[in-house]
Amino acid sequence: MSDAALSGASLASAPLANARVALVGNPNSGKTALFNALTGSRQKVANYAGVTVERKEGQVATPHGRSLSVIDLPGTYSLRARSPDEVVTRDAVLGRLAGETPPDVLVCVADATNLRLVLRLILELKAVGRPMVLALNMYDIAQRQGLRIDLDGLAREIGCPIVTTVATRKRGIEDLVAQVEALIEAGGLNGDNTWREPDAGQIRDAHREAQRILKAHVRAPERPDTFTGKVDGVLLHPVAGLAILLTLLFVMFQAVFTWSKAAGDLMTEGFTAVGVFVAAHLPPGMLTSFLTDGVISGVGSVIVFLPQILVLFFFIILLEDFGYMARAAFLMDRIMGGAGLHGRAFIPLLSSFACAIPGIMATRVIDNKRDRLTTIMVAPLMTCSARIPVYTLIISAFIPNRSVLGVLNLPGLVMFGLYAAGILSALGVSFITRRLFWRGAVEPFLMELPAYKLPDPVNVLRSLYIRGKIFITRAGTIIFPMMILVWFLSSFPGAPAGATDPAINYSFAGQIGHFLAPALAPIGFNWQMTVALIPGFAAREVAVAALGTVYAIGNADASPGALATTLQHHWSIATGLAFLAWYVFAPQCASTIGVVKRETNSWLWPAVMLVYMTGLAYLAALIVYQVAKASGLG
Amino acid sequence: MIADPTNAEAAQTADAAVRLSVARPGDKGVIVDVRAESHAGDHGVDVSELQRRLLEFGFVEGARIEVLHEGAIWRDPIAVRLDDMRIGLRRRDAEDVWVLLDAK
Ligand SMILES: Nc1nc2c(ncn2[C@@H]2O[C@H](COP(=O)(O)OP(=O)(O)OP(=O)(O)O)[C@@H](O)[C@H]2O)c(=O)[nH]1
Ligand SMILES: [Mg+2]
Repeated sequence: MSDAALSGASLASAPLANARVALVGNPNSGKTALFNALTGSRQKVANYAGVTVERKEGQVATPHGRSLSVIDLPGTYSLRARSPDEVVTRDAVLGRLAGETPPDVLVCVADATNLRLVLRLILELKAVGRPMVLALNMYDIAQRQGLRIDLDGLAREIGCPIVTTVATRKRGIEDLVAQVEALIEAGGLNGDNTWREPDAGQIRDAHREAQRILKAHVRAPERPDTFTGKVDGVLLHPVAGLAILLTLLFVMFQAVFTWSKAAGDLMTEGFTAVGVFVAAHLPPGMLTSFLTDGVISGVGSVIVFLPQILVLFFFIILLEDFGYMARAAFLMDRIMGGAGLHGRAFIPLLSSFACAIPGIMATRVIDNKRDRLTTIMVAPLMTCSARIPVYTLIISAFIPNRSVLGVLNLPGLVMFGLYAAGILSALGVSFITRRLFWRGAVEPFLMELPAYKLPDPVNVLRSLYIRGKIFITRAGTIIFPMMILVWFLSSFPGAPAGATDPAINYSFAGQIGHFLAPALAPIGFNWQMTVALIPGFAAREVAVAALGTVYAIGNADASPGALATTLQHHWSIATGLAFLAWYVFAPQCASTIGVVKRETNSWLWPAVMLVYMTGLAYLAALIVYQVAKASGLG
Repeated sequence: MIADPTNAEAAQTADAAVRLSVARPGDKGVIVDVRAESHAGDHGVDVSELQRRLLEFGFVEGARIEVLHEGAIWRDPIAVRLDDMRIGLRRRDAEDVWVLLDAK
């Protein structure tokens, strides 16, 4: 190609000043890692198929002064889209979205160590008639394995330039941009789109062609990866594998409680000290009350759970980067299937431990509508990280910190029990749904088990930082405004002259709480809890913050202290346990409801979710409270 | 062992080809046929769709395959190595993949 001549031409005459570039390829080939390296974004990267489920756009400036808009897409084995995430990819590549043209250049991202399937995809992509660059990613691994690829021959054979990249180390990025730009400048390469859905015979032919190309230009690795096989021998062992999975989950939930105790306590003391300091140095009045009761006791009571959140995510990120998620799905497949869940439901449900929203989004990898809907409906039952503040608070207030059997710790055990309750209820609800409403065939389920990769410490830290930031941002954007509201409602109107009860009893919040309290009396909730539950529908942690504020305002004379201690004085054990049971089920998260609406495109399903989860929550709390009271814990 | 009602049928196919759905860990061989014939209606998608999905995943005639692992409950699902890839799949979806096993 007469590159120099072309790039020497004046830019004004160049075909496109700005261009759109789409990243396509098999799942888990490193498209998102490449996208992040190109655009400086921080989209989620992890070692399993199906991480990206929606399109993401970012910008990159080229040396010749263009601005490329790069689109990251969900991975796929074929343009013959079956699940909603694959539809996104197909529509983007074919330019089927309303008001959108096909991308100007396709970048096919391939895992250099696993070329067979992507070669077939490339043959499909070529029919789309767009200029294409092949990015041979994970080239570091290919080199480590001694894989020999005849780059020139391969490029000639498939008819498009090849760039080798190491996305996670940002290697080969300039080359890639240069090649894309060269294609744009060459212009006029666009052919007609002749892509049609291939039938079985055509897929076979394409495979044969791919096999031929592979044989001619790629030599088998000299040092193939034996690590994955050895590790799988243990982790996928029918007995040992399951035992390890259970142990892992157990250690994870114990650790959430125990590892972060010291750091959490330190932060609680810190906030208490700040509260005392503010109370001592500002004149008593509305502003001081707002700062100490609303901001410090409210928002602060949630922020102290940052260490717990970070411990949980530390585990999740390690497992995701190592490549364990697909193995866990493999081990659990029969159990999930027994409950009527699709095999691909596992990873969305596991992601829901972090937060139900990405979990619900991740159900896009499920092709069957009913399977997908069932998974969406049970995903919020998985214990999300927003429940951690609630659980931890109540556990530390009401569960004695004893060790059990020498090694286990009772609060950690209760924490594990709550997680288990969430998992079992998700399985139970899906089982009943499938039995009562949606009997029917089981969809096929094929899943790639990726090669294990040792997590990169820098990446782990970066991901942790992002999670921590999200948590703090939530405290600032959701919890803080809610606390202003709660503080306001709890402070106004003030007590009438000569009132004997605490002022909060006369406030709006007090009135609302007292009004609704009878409905929640059978489950042991007092009016302060009622006040906390209502804003708690915005987000689960808000209830903790609201309790902080309500009790802080209510005990005007008491010095600010840890919320757990306050609750010990005001609640019976039965009430505390009922509150935990409530939170296993309660649908207290507006964003989840919103995302269910968006993903199902109807208000029916969020409404069903709201009703069934609230019903379960009330029932569970009722049973727990009444049983606990009857056992003398009232 | 898993009962295999299809042995007679298998014998006719190729000398000793078996359905992948009855293979056990350690079995290896070459895929000789990927069909579209298992009981329709049972898979949630029709058999030719299942066949295309298998083909797209690389279950294609001529590919080398080895069964690596199986699940604890009813020996299901199975994990196979298919050329350079590792794939997990359920036995019921593997019925139409016929494998000519290497002599042991
Ligand atoms: N060693 C190495 N690892 C890489 C490279 N590129 C990506 N990875 C790792 O490969 C895994 C998959 O990367 P992703 O970027 O999430 O893959 P993806 O193609 O976006 O995957 P989907 O969104 O699921 O389709 C992650 O664990 C990455 O850290 C690379 O060049 N070298
Ligand atoms: Mg991705």
